[in-house]
Amino acid sequence: MADAAFLALSVITIGSAIAALELRSLIYGSIALMGTLGGIAGFFFLLDAPFVALFQLAVYVGSIAVLILFTVMLVKRELIFKKIEDKRRKFAGIGLMLVMMVALGAVFLDSGIKTITTDEPATNFRDIGTDFVTYYWPTLILMGLILAGSVTGALVLAKREDVENDQRAN
Amino acid sequence: MTNELIDFTLVSVAMLAIGIYGLAVKRNFIRMLFAVEIIINAANLNLVAFGRFLPHSGGQTLALFSIAIAAAEVAVGLSLIIVAYRMYQNIDIADFRSLKG
Repeated sequence: MADAAFLALSVITIGSAIAALELRSLIYGSIALMGTLGGIAGFFFLLDAPFVALFQLAVYVGSIAVLILFTVMLVKRELIFKKIEDKRRKFAGIGLMLVMMVALGAVFLDSGIKTITTDEPATNFRDIGTDFVTYYWPTLILMGLILAGSVTGALVLAKREDVENDQRAN
Repeated sequence: MTNELIDFTLVSVAMLAIGIYGLAVKRNFIRMLFAVEIIINAANLNLVAFGRFLPHSGGQTLALFSIAIAAAEVAVGLSLIIVAYRMYQNIDIADFRSLKG
């Protein structure tokens, strides 16, 4: 059975995930998204994975959420508060969500996952480091290249071509 | 450990369903990016939970890779939003007509 910390974290995580999608203002929505990402970091602490939890806090809550917040600020004011959606589509979406939750939940509850328990000690972060430099080293290099490529691509995409150099200097 | 694997899996299922609802219903580009983030986080939670209970260090390693790739994806997605906003002065995806096939 789950303990109190788990229940509190799941209420925070799922509640702020719904809030992130449903709040009227995009700014409050992105702050609610920070709550979801922080809640997931809390789950990682509960799962004895402090290294991944701190990575999640640094990368997601620290950089991605702030990046999203700045992008929202670049958008016109009335667009931030405008809700664009169709009523009928919304009901269909809620139906899809409930069907998905019930169906997947029933499959998992019926499967053998329920009986899995463990008394083994948690994975040491030294094992993760060993994994990175032994079995996964080509992937690590590939990931570095992908990150560099995507950051360069993002900069090239966001560059303004209609502004001349002397205008920029002014 | 009092929490069981099934608890984490059910939270992950709920977040996946919420993310799919957001992708299906919302037409705001930034909100759809939020929904994608929620789905990615549900997947990461599953990876770490199964890695803890099997137990195997691969779950945490793959979750770290997944977080890093998600950071790259968000950077590109946000710059696409900026470009589209500059072209159409809007973030409603129904307005992005030149992206239609």
